[in-house]
Amino acid sequence: MTRPFFRFALGLLTASLLALPTWAQFRVEVSGVGLTQVPIAFAPLRGEETSPQKISAIVQADLERSGQFRGVTAGVVTDETQRPDVSAMRQKGADALLTGSISRMNDGRYDVRVRLWDVVRGQDLGAMSYTVVTGDLRLASHRIADFVYEKLTGDKGVFSTRIAYVTKAGSRFNLWVADSDGENAQSALASPEPIISPSWSPSGGQLAYVSFESRKPVVYVHDVSTGKRRVVANFRGSNSAPSWSPDGRSLAVTLSRDGGSQLFVIDAQGGEPRRLTQSAGIDTEPVFSPDGTAIYFVSDRGGAPQIYRMPASGGPANRVTFNGTYNISPAISPDGRWLTYISRIGGAFKLHVMDIASGNVAAITDTHRDERPSFAPNSRLIVYATQQDGREALMTTTLDGRIKARLSGQGGDLREPNWGPFSKVLP
Amino acid sequence: MKKLLLLVSIAAVISGCASGVKLDEVQVDDRSGGNAGQMSGVNSLNSRGLGAMQGIKQGPVGVEHIIYFDLDSYSVKAEYQTVLDAHARYLRADRSRRVNIEGHTDERGGSEYNLALGQKRSDAVRRSLSVLGVPESQMESVSFGKEKPVAQGSDESAYSQNRRAALNYQ
Repeated sequence: MTRPFFRFALGLLTASLLALPTWAQFRVEVSGVGLTQVPIAFAPLRGEETSPQKISAIVQADLERSGQFRGVTAGVVTDETQRPDVSAMRQKGADALLTGSISRMNDGRYDVRVRLWDVVRGQDLGAMSYTVVTGDLRLASHRIADFVYEKLTGDKGVFSTRIAYVTKAGSRFNLWVADSDGENAQSALASPEPIISPSWSPSGGQLAYVSFESRKPVVYVHDVSTGKRRVVANFRGSNSAPSWSPDGRSLAVTLSRDGGSQLFVIDAQGGEPRRLTQSAGIDTEPVFSPDGTAIYFVSDRGGAPQIYRMPASGGPANRVTFNGTYNISPAISPDGRWLTYISRIGGAFKLHVMDIASGNVAAITDTHRDERPSFAPNSRLIVYATQQDGREALMTTTLDGRIKARLSGQGGDLREPNWGPFSKVLP
Repeated sequence: MKKLLLLVSIAAVISGCASGVKLDEVQVDDRSGGNAGQMSGVNSLNSRGLGAMQGIKQGPVGVEHIIYFDLDSYSVKAEYQTVLDAHARYLRADRSRRVNIEGHTDERGGSEYNLALGQKRSDAVRRSLSVLGVPESQMESVSFGKEKPVAQGSDESAYSQNRRAALNYQ
């Protein structure tokens, strides 16, 4: 099912690469040619011109941000009930076409319907429909993008997942939960003191983070749907760097209560922590491997911060990074294949990706202040913080660095992103 | 002159406290129905803020409360010996006094790694005071990492003012 699209995509690519539509709400930067991108046409949904959200534009922006699709203007008015003129679509260079309609119902909700076509084979690939309130139109759009993505690539889409991040505006700090495109942000916490290191629970129901609201770093766990939160680690000294075990039952944290910054594991409900490392220096930024058997972390035990790996219950650690003298902020892809981290090179802090099996490493940005990467749940994209035009901003990138998009969001500086798991269900 | 300095430092402490008291602004998710967890958090924060307010008269008079560190350095410079002596005398003289030592770094690098580096600075000050006879029970060393710079800007002048540990009395 997926192969014809990729085959046809190749021939059309070079000529039309510069013709990316600019009406999407994201500036998607494409670097390098020879990418395999599916050209897909989007017919504006019938009724879209009067709807509160431009569904087809949101779907197109999602798919383009993934790096695996290239939008083609359909230039036709049709809907999901019509069989499209596939030869006309082929002439426009499209391999696929999304059609649909949106209509307002008597109760004020919207009925959104789409159908996906393989225009190469002239085949109907399936339809979806949602009945949603106005506030869920963006979510319905992301669900449609997930549907198209899965139909055409065979992988699960991540467009309806969520990203947590922190903004600093003046002396105000806010923790936000937003859609994967940075839009539709909801404030989870507002504080006059810093908030760092938000981390999604594996179920997507809770966020662990570090708040300085009591004039010291304390680890909280915050239930996203109820807004209730609890203190998980508030020991003497600093409490930071929370990271969930894959089963969601415990958190790895950095505590200074015994002197120095050392790794501990603590029950997600709180309680007495168990010490994992015994080093003379700094051990911090723990992250579990997806299978839960190992913890990657940062340590300066060798004289400079490097990434190490040890059994999740503690024990001997093996060094993982060998280039440079400052490697921090590790994240492991959910499929276990990739390690992303920040490496300082000549005074610049740059996002790197390592193929864990081979140890091959690539720097994939041309920015200088990259921070805190995390993987999308399908392991295909990374979100990270950086500086652009003097402001702190959030970016997504493909693992090869070729497709980057700056996420929209609240005013002020955007920082400390963390990509949530597959979870959100449409109400 | 000394009185003026004292006033300035009191004003600094008051403004520091004010930001702590404002924590009734801590609020929870728009989509939430209840906010019981939030309210309890606010109450405890307010009482903590008030406690800190009462503490503004505390601390040795006319003595520096900030200790600056060299680049990539986490040991207290010899020039701060008299400053630390004064703090140690003050704490030894009144065992009910407690001091919070807050470590800070400049803005370069990651938040969490800087938090650990700031902790090295506050731990260094705590150890120095311990050597001077201050019981551990009167001290807590914490870190703000790079999150609370006093000087904005991305140059050495700003960096050198931000590499610091502050002694705050409660």
